[in-house]
Amino acid sequence: MPLITKPNIADADGFYARLLATHKGLTEAQSHALNARLVLVLANHIGDAEVLTQALDLARDGAGQSA
Amino acid sequence: MAYDYRPFAYTPPSGLTAPEPRHKIVIVGAGPIGLAMAVELANHGIQATVLDDNNVVSVGSRAICWSKRSLEILDRLGVGERSVTKGVTWKVGRTLHRDQEVFNFDLLPESGHKMPAFVNLQQYYVEEYLAERATDLAIDLRWKNRVTAVEQHADHAVLSIETPDGPYQLSADWVIACDGARSPIRDMLGLDFDGELFEERFLIADIEMQADFPSERRFWFEPNFHPGQSALLHKQPDNIYRIDLQLGWDTDPEVEKRPENVIPRIEKVVGHSDFKLDWVSVYTFQCRRLRSFVHNRVLFVGDSAHIVSPFGARGGNGGLQDVDALGWRLAAVVRGGNRDLLDAYDRERCFGADENLLNSSRSTRFMSPEDGVERLFRDAVLHLAGRTDFARPMVNSGRLSRPCVYPLTAPDADLPSGARPGAVAPDAPLEDGWLTEALGRDVVLLALGVAPPQVAGVRVLTPDVTDTLRARYLGAQAQAIYLIRPDQVVAARWISTDAAAVSAALADIWEGR
Ligand SMILES: Cc1cc2nc3c(=O)[nH]c(=O)nc-3n(C[C@H](O)[C@H](O)[C@H](O)COP(=O)(O)OP(=O)(O)OC[C@H]3O[C@@H](n4cnc5c(N)ncnc54)[C@H](O)[C@@H]3O)c2cc1C
Repeated sequence: MPLITKPNIADADGFYARLLATHKGLTEAQSHALNARLVLVLANHIGDAEVLTQALDLARDGAGQSA
Repeated sequence: MAYDYRPFAYTPPSGLTAPEPRHKIVIVGAGPIGLAMAVELANHGIQATVLDDNNVVSVGSRAICWSKRSLEILDRLGVGERSVTKGVTWKVGRTLHRDQEVFNFDLLPESGHKMPAFVNLQQYYVEEYLAERATDLAIDLRWKNRVTAVEQHADHAVLSIETPDGPYQLSADWVIACDGARSPIRDMLGLDFDGELFEERFLIADIEMQADFPSERRFWFEPNFHPGQSALLHKQPDNIYRIDLQLGWDTDPEVEKRPENVIPRIEKVVGHSDFKLDWVSVYTFQCRRLRSFVHNRVLFVGDSAHIVSPFGARGGNGGLQDVDALGWRLAAVVRGGNRDLLDAYDRERCFGADENLLNSSRSTRFMSPEDGVERLFRDAVLHLAGRTDFARPMVNSGRLSRPCVYPLTAPDADLPSGARPGAVAPDAPLEDGWLTEALGRDVVLLALGVAPPQVAGVRVLTPDVTDTLRARYLGAQAQAIYLIRPDQVVAARWISTDAAAVSAALADIWEGR
């Protein structure tokens, strides 16, 4: 099964808002830690090695360059 | 009780007075690996001579954890049962982060194996048992014989040796370098030793403690008593406990080793001061290996060929698998067999060493992450592991050593993956004894639920198909035939086959493919 790259979250704006709300009140270091945990939680949910590799590659793409 | 070191007797070798006839095999180093190598070769009918610069078994804190596969190998060498009887096992492992227990696990032994998943036993006992066994087999063990030079020729090598009575020389068709992590032979041949040095120091202490202390393994990440570092407590026989304390790179080993610094730390680990220091040392750890383990007439086995950080206990265990992979092949070569067998040793054990190196460096990284993202994710895993199951397997405080599965290209069939070609044939109880015992050290054709084809040069084994054999070797199939190498590695398997196919797979074994 390939990584889903088409829109897949019904309420994208709602999710985005909840993501920011989850970080509310945290220092930058705490936010980084939360994000790291979130990556692990979601990665476990996905499980599939191929999808995870594609996700890692997609996330890495363009990293190290200015946005 | 602290171990009682009894020196082995030195006898002046005959080579001091007159040149000795050329030896078939000389082993340099009587550590666990050199001794095991000598016994394994004797099992295959070849008497090797063993040289060691010292005259006692391993001194200080070294290997304690021996894996199931090592115990099976030691069993074939005649010291497995002794090691298990003397050794101790822990079942409960506790992982702590900042003094809070993150989780614990109970290792339930898998039934139907002669040997347990591992035992803890000090290296000096394993060496003592092997040296006794070697002596029983009339193996020529030469203590206080230090190799000072090696010279390679087309069909033999010449060793220069220093003894208390002066120097002499030995020539041998084959030299096996089991001379440890600092291998002088490696240096004498000018070989590179590539890899990685971890910029971490660990203080390793063995303490004697009469107090009743649970038979558990405890691993602390960043304990409050030792901020930012890690600590490990392990039980050994004779009321001896092993403590590993990560120190950090900037510390001064000489200062850290002083009792006035060590004792207060250990008090915090064990929670009282009722113990005696047996041994304290400071180590740095490396992960390195030779690019090739076979250099003309000199073969490298054990730590001389590869060193790993001890987390995951792969040094000694990996070395015993080298012994297992080399013994039958070298014995065949000595008898005129195909030299490609040694290339197969090289290929397979480089593969095994890489797997051990990978596992050891992963554990070391998890325990001592670099600042930044490594620490970020390490801490994220620890945080989650206290709350959910999924993160627990990610917590890496050392993985139990398991034998690698060699990448063989061989006949395979739709049968259980645990017994696929390249894997060690899994043990199972038989009517009298165990499958590993019945496999012994020959090439075996194991036929389950079917009559085996007639092939010369294999020993046939046709046990009744028990539930365990069915689960480990047949799965959903009603029958199968397995060809198993002298090192008990599955060479090929079929659901049904004929003499020609078995003969072809047998030729692959003896021609080093
Ligand atoms: C703290 C610590 C913990 C460890 N824990 C574990 C563990 O739990 N499990 C595990 O499997 N492994 C463990 N290891 C690794 C294990 O100790 C080694 O892998 C093992 O000792 C390797 O055995 P060897 O025979 O290859 O080398 P060594 O044991 O080093 O033996 C080499 C021998 O060669 C001799 N020698 C050297 N030079 C010469 C010469 N010029 N002439 C003649 N003889 C010579 C030496 O005297 C020595 O006897 C640990 C290591 C350390 C340091």
